[in-house]
Formats: sequence, structure tokens, C-alpha cells
Amino acid sequence: MAELWSTLLSLAFLSQVLRITMPYALAAMGGVVSERSGVVNIALEGILLMGAFGAAYGADASGGSIAIALRDGVAAGVATAALYGLAVVTFQADQIVSGVAINMLAYGVTPYLLKALYNSSSNSPTIEGFGGHLFDNPVFWLALLVMAAVHVVVNHTRWGLRVRAVGEHPEAAHTLGVSVNGVRWQAVLASGALAGLGGAWLALSGSGFVAEMSAGRGYIALAAVIMGSWRPLWACAACLLFGFAEALEVNLQLSNLGIPNEITQTFPYVLTMITLAGFIGRSRPPAKLGQPYSAR
Amino acid sequence: MKRGLATVGLALAVAALAGAVLIWFIGESPLEVYGVLLENTWGSSYGIGQVLFKATPLIFTGLAVAVAFKVGLFNIGAEGQLALGSFVTAVCGALLPRAFPGPLAVLVCVAAGMAAGAALAGLAGALKVRYGAHEVINTIMLNFIVSALILWAGNAHFFVKYTTHTRTIIEGATLRHLGFPGSPANTSLLFALAFAGAVAYFFARTRRGFEWRAVGLSRRAAENGGVNVAAAVIGAMALSGALAGAVGANYVLGYKRYYEGGIGGGVGFMGIAVALLGRNHPAGIVAAALLLGTLSHGGLAISSLVPKELVEILQAVIILTVAGASAYRGGFGRRRAAAATTPAPAAAPAAREDADG
Repeated sequence: MAELWSTLLSLAFLSQVLRITMPYALAAMGGVVSERSGVVNIALEGILLMGAFGAAYGADASGGSIAIALRDGVAAGVATAALYGLAVVTFQADQIVSGVAINMLAYGVTPYLLKALYNSSSNSPTIEGFGGHLFDNPVFWLALLVMAAVHVVVNHTRWGLRVRAVGEHPEAAHTLGVSVNGVRWQAVLASGALAGLGGAWLALSGSGFVAEMSAGRGYIALAAVIMGSWRPLWACAACLLFGFAEALEVNLQLSNLGIPNEITQTFPYVLTMITLAGFIGRSRPPAKLGQPYSAR
Repeated sequence: MKRGLATVGLALAVAALAGAVLIWFIGESPLEVYGVLLENTWGSSYGIGQVLFKATPLIFTGLAVAVAFKVGLFNIGAEGQLALGSFVTAVCGALLPRAFPGPLAVLVCVAAGMAAGAALAGLAGALKVRYGAHEVINTIMLNFIVSALILWAGNAHFFVKYTTHTRTIIEGATLRHLGFPGSPANTSLLFALAFAGAVAYFFARTRRGFEWRAVGLSRRAAENGGVNVAAAVIGAMALSGALAGAVGANYVLGYKRYYEGGIGGGVGFMGIAVALLGRNHPAGIVAAALLLGTLSHGGLAISSLVPKELVEILQAVIILTVAGASAYRGGFGRRRAAAATTPAPAAAPAAREDADG
């Protein structure tokens, strides 16, 4: 027990929490941008998974270039989000049903590609991931910068105002000459880039892509968005909580405290349900969240 | 109706095309692969039996998803509900005394599995009613939690040592096979058809079914009309979970005779495609389950040529096309109803409706 405490209070544990938080937080940033524009993004889960695959593919194909891995992860995320945007913005399909379909698609496409490209059903070839200390990893600082940027862009720029406008009152935005569905498309693609980056982090902080490696993180990120009242920095803070739960789970498994691994594994999921129940009434979603807009 | 069939036709065409591209991508001939798929399913009595065997659980989960849809809810936790239901069914079947009379043993085991599924989904319904927590996130979380808990309970008490399966169920609880040579297609198919009939009757002919549909169309209007919306939401989720929990009848009582980790995996998510293709109507669901059952068994038959995940991809394409096409034409009630009632994560217009009102 004392050993566990000293682990939890160490710098190594803090950096572990931060490392684990990154994919949640990046996906949550994507969720904030998309949802503030009025588009629910259940598809985050699938985007994360595709981003992770893209990054592993890029790293493998380029012989271990982190930059190319990030590029391909983001590209895969954007491509997945584009399909989602086509369904829900252009064709105005039900956002929850389509989001779930995108996730199923990602859960099908990634093992399909694993077999087609690498002749494996479970993982990509081992790639050279981040390695080294978290604070020496430039991608970590880049990701923090991206999160700060999302905060600034959503709250303090013209584009951010438009995003919020089409989520709150699309008719008014339309009257002022803003293309509602145009802005929503942009927001969905941006969320694909952000969550794709989160997926890339997932693959690169390990040793490549593993089947189903997103493991519900997209859904948890969405819960963090709700907990953070659709505000970027607060959503990041909520993600820290989930990062902490997952890090705690990992350490408890190693600690021999006698808590069965199957039980500790449920921590992040149970925490999500509890926080969702506790925070929901206190945060107000964008007014037109989930509602397609058609000018006709 | 015509428009509905056109949407379904379009979805199948788009899926067939997407499948052809994927098959071509890995260097096989789409026509040949589709040919092998058909030959191995409807081309032999074994194949037909396998299609029925695969379609049976899809009828259960398709009904489960559809019941929730009808009431404006989205249960994507059928996966966890059927796992828990199958586990409980198997444990129950193994614990009953050997001499327990046959038909009654089947009823007890199926009822126990359904009750477990109902409790799990009902929890998500209750969290929605009490806290406004979105059922999509909660049912997914419950999927993860339940699979871990089953493993824990199994390892601690119920699994045969050094395995991940439970003890074999008693003879009396075993379901008879339908007589397709070599195929475990069994009499749980009759249960599935009976449930489909019952669900159709419930929504079309009973007062409560009418009230639940009213909740699905407009939560606020139903409330003003005197319907107990909270009870309808919890009840619909519980019924949905119960239907998913019945899947154990097929895999446990009719096939394996024990629960094994991963049994029925994927069938819960396939239920979404079944419900959408079947347009939430029980007869449509049976037809859609046969179709996806064909894909499901056919996918195994072609797995030497193409990765079997092709089937999952095709399902997702079908769901996307049905959702997109029906909304785009503006003819399918769900989108308009959804705009008014189906909650987005927490965000649900409906959740706000409650708050405003």
C-alpha cells in the first residue's frame, strides 16, 4: 500500500497520467469543436481508431518518421470525419445512428486493412514510437499548444463565433450570410483532424496499432465534453480525471493489492457513468445540438 | 412503404458496390466472392441451416434495438446485455437439478437471461430518467464493464478450472436442433419469431404500446397527454435489454450448452443494422435478420478469400445509407421525430424539453 502511495505521488506517475490523457483530450477538443457547431460527434471513437491506424501505417511506411506518422494519423481522421460530415451535414442523417455506424466501420476497416496490408489480425508491425521522457517529447508540447489553440479559436475568433452561432441559432447565422452547413462541415473536419491526432498519439505512445485499441475512449471523451460544459479547457480538465483513472488502473494491476484486474479495468468506464450522472444537469449543451439544418 | 423499400434497395446496392471495391482492393474478383458466398449459404441445406442459426440471435437483437428506437431511445448496449444474458442463462442451466422437467428448465433459463439483460438496460434507462445521462454513452460503458465483470465472476466461481467457459447445462434445458444436417439451427428460432409477433402486437394493439410510440414521436406531447414518460423510457430500455438477453437461448441452450467468453460477439451491433433495414417493424426485422444472417455465415465461407471483417464494413455502410437516404428524402419519420425527441448526448433536445417544461 505504501508503495502504491509513493508511486502515485511521483513525477513518473504524473507524466504517465498526462501521457494517457492526451488521446482523450485531443478527441475531446474535436468533440467540442464539432458539438459547438451543433453536430453531435459519437464518431470520435471511430476517428480515434482510424487515426491510430493511419499513424502506424505512416510510421511503418516511412521507416519510423514521427512527422509522417502524425500527418497520416490526422489525414485518416479527417477522411473518416469527411464521411461522417457527408452523412450528417450533407445528407442530414440522424447524427447518433450515423456516428455509431462510423464507429462500426472503423472497427471493421482497421482489421480488414491489417490483414490486407500486414497479414495480421491483431496488430501492425512494431513501430518506433515516442520513447524517451514525456517532457522531452516535442509532440507533447505541440498537443498542448493545439489544445490552447482550440480554446482561443472557439472563444476569441471570428470563425469560432460562427461555429458557436450555427450551433446556437443557425437561422440567425444564416440571415447574417453565414453558410450554416459550410461552417458545420469545417467544424466536423477540424474535429477529425483533432481526434485523428489523438489516435496518432495512441499508436505512437505504444509500439504501433493494435486492433480495437481505442477501447471506448471516443465515448469517454464525449462524456468529458459534457462534463466540461462544451468548453475546451474544462473538457481538458475532465480528461485529466479519466487519464488519472486509467493510470490508477494500470498501477493497481501492478500493485498486488488483491483487487482483481477485471475489477480495476472497469474504473474508467464506471467513472464515466458516475460523472455523466453527476454533471449533466449542470451543463447546458449548444441549443441546436443534434439537429440538422436545411435552409429550405 | 414504397419509399421505404427503395431506401432498403439503395442501401443494399451501395453496400454491394462498397464490398466489390474492397474485394477488388485485395485482388480478388467480387463476382466470384459473391458467388461463393451465395453458394455456401442458400446453396445447401447445411448452408440454409447456418443462415437460420445466425439469423436467430439477430432477430432478438434487431427487435431489441427497434423497441428502443420506437420510444426514441438508442440502445447500443445489446452487446453487453446479450453477453450477460447468455452468461446468466448458462449458469442457471448448469445449476438446475438434473431431474428438472425439460420445458420448464428452458423457460427458467431464458427468463433468467432476459431478466439480466433487462436489469442492465433498465439501469441505463433509469440513469437517463433520473440524471438525463445519455443512454448511448452509458450502454457502451456498460458493455465494457459487463464483459470485465463476467470474466471476474467466471474466474472466481463459474468457469471450469483453467478455461473461460461455464459448466455444461442440464440435458432438460437443451433445445432441439431443427434438423438441418450438421447445423446447430435450433428451436430458439421459434422463440424469436414468437417475440417478433408479440412486439408487433404490443405496439399495434395495446394501450401501453400506443403510449410508448407516443413518447417516441414527441416526448412532450406524450407527457401532456398523461403518459408517464419516465416509466416508458425505463420500461422500453428494460424490454429492449430483455430481448437482447434472450440471445443465450440460441447460443447456450441450442448450441454450445455452456457460456464461453466472446459468445455472440458482434451480434449486438448487427442488431442496429437489422432494425434500420427492417425499418423497426418486426416482419421487416425478420427479413433483415435473414439477410444479415446470410452475410454473417457467408462471411465465414469466404474468409479464405477476403477478411471476414468485410461483413462488419458492409453493415456499417448499410446503416449509413439507410440513415442518410431516409433523412435526405424527408420521407422517413425518424429524422423529424428525432429532431424533436431523440436526445443527443446529454444534449438531447428532449433533455432540454424536460428542463424547459
